[in-house]
Amino acid sequence: MMGSENADGFEETNLNAQREEMENLDLGVDGDAGGDDPLKKSVVNGDTSNSGYRSAMSTVSNVRDPLSPPPTVMIPADSDPLLAPPSSYEDFRSFGSKPISSDNSYIEPPSYADVIFSPFDENSDSEINGAEDSSLHSQFSDSLSRSPSSSSDYIKITVSNPQKEQETSNSIVGGNTYITYQITTRTNLPDFGGQSEFSVRRRFRDVVTLADRLAESYRGFCIPPRPDKSVVESQVMQKQEFVEQRRVALEKYLRRLSAHPVIRNSDELKAFLQVQGKLPLQLSTDVASRMLDGAVKLPKQLFGEGGASAVPVHEVVQPAKGGRDLLRLFKELRQSVSNDWGGAKPPVVEEDKEFLEKKEKMHDLEQQIINASQQAESLVKAQQDMGETMGELGLAFIKLTKFENEEAASNAQRIRANDMKNLATAAVKASRFYRELNSQTVKHLDTLHEYLGMMMAVQGAFADRSSALLTVQTLLSELPSLQARVEKLEAASSKVFGGDKSRIRKIEELKETIKVTEDAKNVAIREYERIKENNRSEVERLDKERRADFMNMMKGFVVNQVGYAEKMGNVWAKVAEETSQYDREKQSS
Amino acid sequence: MESTEQTRSISGSMQSPRSPSSLPYLSVSVTDPVKLGNGVQAYISYRVITKTNLPEYQGPEKIVIRRYSDFVWLRDRLFEKYKGIFIPPLPEKSAVEKFRFSAEFIEMRRAALDIFVNRIALHPEVQQSEDLRTFLQADEETMDRFRFQETGIFKKPADLMQMFRDVQSKVSDAVLGKEKPVEETTAAYEKLKHYIYELENHLAEAQKHAYRLVKRHRELGQSLLDFGKAVKLLGACEGEPTGKAFSDLGTKSELLSIKLQKEAQQVLMNFEEPLKDYVRYVQSIKATIAERGTAFKQHCELAETTKLKEINLDKLMLTRSDKVGEAEIEYREIKAESEVATRRFERIVTRMEEEIVRFQEQKTEEMGVAFHQFAKGQARLANSIADAWRSLLPKLEASSAVQI
Repeated sequence: MMGSENADGFEETNLNAQREEMENLDLGVDGDAGGDDPLKKSVVNGDTSNSGYRSAMSTVSNVRDPLSPPPTVMIPADSDPLLAPPSSYEDFRSFGSKPISSDNSYIEPPSYADVIFSPFDENSDSEINGAEDSSLHSQFSDSLSRSPSSSSDYIKITVSNPQKEQETSNSIVGGNTYITYQITTRTNLPDFGGQSEFSVRRRFRDVVTLADRLAESYRGFCIPPRPDKSVVESQVMQKQEFVEQRRVALEKYLRRLSAHPVIRNSDELKAFLQVQGKLPLQLSTDVASRMLDGAVKLPKQLFGEGGASAVPVHEVVQPAKGGRDLLRLFKELRQSVSNDWGGAKPPVVEEDKEFLEKKEKMHDLEQQIINASQQAESLVKAQQDMGETMGELGLAFIKLTKFENEEAASNAQRIRANDMKNLATAAVKASRFYRELNSQTVKHLDTLHEYLGMMMAVQGAFADRSSALLTVQTLLSELPSLQARVEKLEAASSKVFGGDKSRIRKIEELKETIKVTEDAKNVAIREYERIKENNRSEVERLDKERRADFMNMMKGFVVNQVGYAEKMGNVWAKVAEETSQYDREKQSS
Repeated sequence: MESTEQTRSISGSMQSPRSPSSLPYLSVSVTDPVKLGNGVQAYISYRVITKTNLPEYQGPEKIVIRRYSDFVWLRDRLFEKYKGIFIPPLPEKSAVEKFRFSAEFIEMRRAALDIFVNRIALHPEVQQSEDLRTFLQADEETMDRFRFQETGIFKKPADLMQMFRDVQSKVSDAVLGKEKPVEETTAAYEKLKHYIYELENHLAEAQKHAYRLVKRHRELGQSLLDFGKAVKLLGACEGEPTGKAFSDLGTKSELLSIKLQKEAQQVLMNFEEPLKDYVRYVQSIKATIAERGTAFKQHCELAETTKLKEINLDKLMLTRSDKVGEAEIEYREIKAESEVATRRFERIVTRMEEEIVRFQEQKTEEMGVAFHQFAKGQARLANSIADAWRSLLPKLEASSAVQI
């Protein structure tokens, strides 16, 4: 789904060559001085990618075309009109609208075209120029999904300036090289100690650490998933494209974190964003590899102390980790393998039914979001292709116009050349509109993609719940066997006259273990309940946010379609007008 | 039948049957394609309906059945007989076998054949052709016979003579040491040739993109359909009011998909096909140019030969040879032939001059119509897209108000 196919690479080079040709074309048509002829400027600008809209999106944000204005103009970051649900569409008009002083000879009715598109007027091409660089794009390339919870809270994170650094090492070879990124935060939240802007440098490993620590501290929460690690060679690591992709991904991730009402206040995030130098969070422990390492020592641990070692309470509430409590870990692993997903024996039947239903629903939702996002990609591609072909058609007619004018030996030819020019002009304009429409569409429909990420977060939250339940049940299941052993020992010991010192000691130890395990069980149950509550409130919050975001997405998408369709309709109506003498449907006068 | 209306109105000499019957008219329609035959030999037949008040024709209305190869026969005959005139082009034979009987192809071909015949019927000179009358009136058996004669291996005597002459001229070229081909070199004609050749390239490119544009319409339509369906399914997962909003969105999307498919068809028939026709026309002009070249060469060579014969004759007369009589006869024959060839060539030149003017005017008209229809279609499409989406906005507004 996310794969990009670049099937039409050759077409793309063709188009670029044609574009150059276009820029050198001098139409030499009489009476076309001045700005009303958009053909004088290079108009056809094929996007450099024909594939799915993920890449279309990055193209949109990164390609700089000096002659075509960026889709949005200078708008303060926290009040992007496309972000916040407007109280009325009148609000839109106050943003960056200029009167249309365009070449259009028709009067444009006030419409959604006005609302969004005044900056697209081609006469203002020269005004909006390379001053806007790609960082502006990247500000808005982030998804529009998050509506700010309240307009006074403000936190904006930017990831920039990737640099290569080298690990210090004593070896002759030198340390590994890695990339660090500058993380800049702008905020007015009081939690950040009154500072309004600050920067740190972090590497990707730090991000992984952050994500892991958050996962531990916020069990049951829907935590946005972090960008993937990739198993890449250092060769690929240097590649600019990869670094750029990662930068974008990191930025998105941090922004999502800061948009989460609870996590934005977390110590972990604060430390990550603010603390200079080394990240003060414990490095991740890779449990799996520890497991493998420790497997050799396992038999001794399993059969030596018999699993009766006292386990401090605070460790018990977490699922068993580290080499310390391998026995429990093994047990839990075995059990989780034999349990199917969510099929653990429910302590209370009804609650879990609800949970199961909810899980089912979430799964369905995820499937549909995947599907919709795929179709959205196709739609974007189709729109893009349409725009391109329209542009190519326009270009072909421009050449024809020029040719006929040069070779004109009859008036008929000149008339035809003029007709072609009108058509070509319109086609080129329409092509541009499609392109602009598409870059907006991409932003809106990307909400679908965003929520795919969030579905993963939901799965994570559900997984936390299941593992907490597993802990409870593991502890619960231990108690009866411990009890049984105590009873057995007591029975055996009572037969020995005067008491069996060693057995009595064992009984004492076991009773101690039972007490500890009981306490642990109670703690685990409380933890489980806490996580369940986190789940519930998070899912509720997420549902609400998702629905709001989807509504905004739909509105944005539709408004966009309307605006551009109106624009295109006007352009073609003009040509129809200009060629009205060829109208054969009218009764000939 | 818009195109027939349009071609009828170009040449003022023909009026529609609606007007008083005092003015002469000849109008033809090609309709009702029907598949006949089986398997490999299957073909499409068309009904050709002729309405006329011309005395040379057998009555006010005549209906015959014709197939594509009959049209080819007609064109070949006209091309032979009316050198210098741009005989209207025929739609191509289909390259792809399985496409041959698709509804789209059949309709495109029918429309093109209709235009073809009507253009011939409207041409002041060609419309008088006897072959045209045969085509429009002969019964099917007669037509089959004619057609078989032409497309068979059996060649016309005229063709044989032509082949012979070609060989002859090649021989005399070699004898006379002329290796270079003989060509007209007037600036005006050079310009025309250059224009035609260049024009074909430009037009072909425009047509290529026009065809792609048709495909794009279809693709966009399809993707809107799929998107609509997907969005509806998504809506089914979400509670109200988001669910309803998605459902409305999906429905609109599906609706627009249909409009796009319709427009695709319109663009194909009213924009791309005229462009293709334009390309074919230019190609047929190229063929006429070739004919002119051949005629010119013949004219030149026969003129040369005549001169040589004259010189020879004079020589013989001087020496009072008894071969004079023979030589004189030869000389007169060659001279007559040369005059024929020259007249033929000159007639081509004259015709072409008129034809070019006619061609330019006709094309401006036809292209103008095509552009107008295309623009109207696009405007209509854009407006209905805007209307459809716009109608959704109040509902979306209402839905999101409910949520809060």
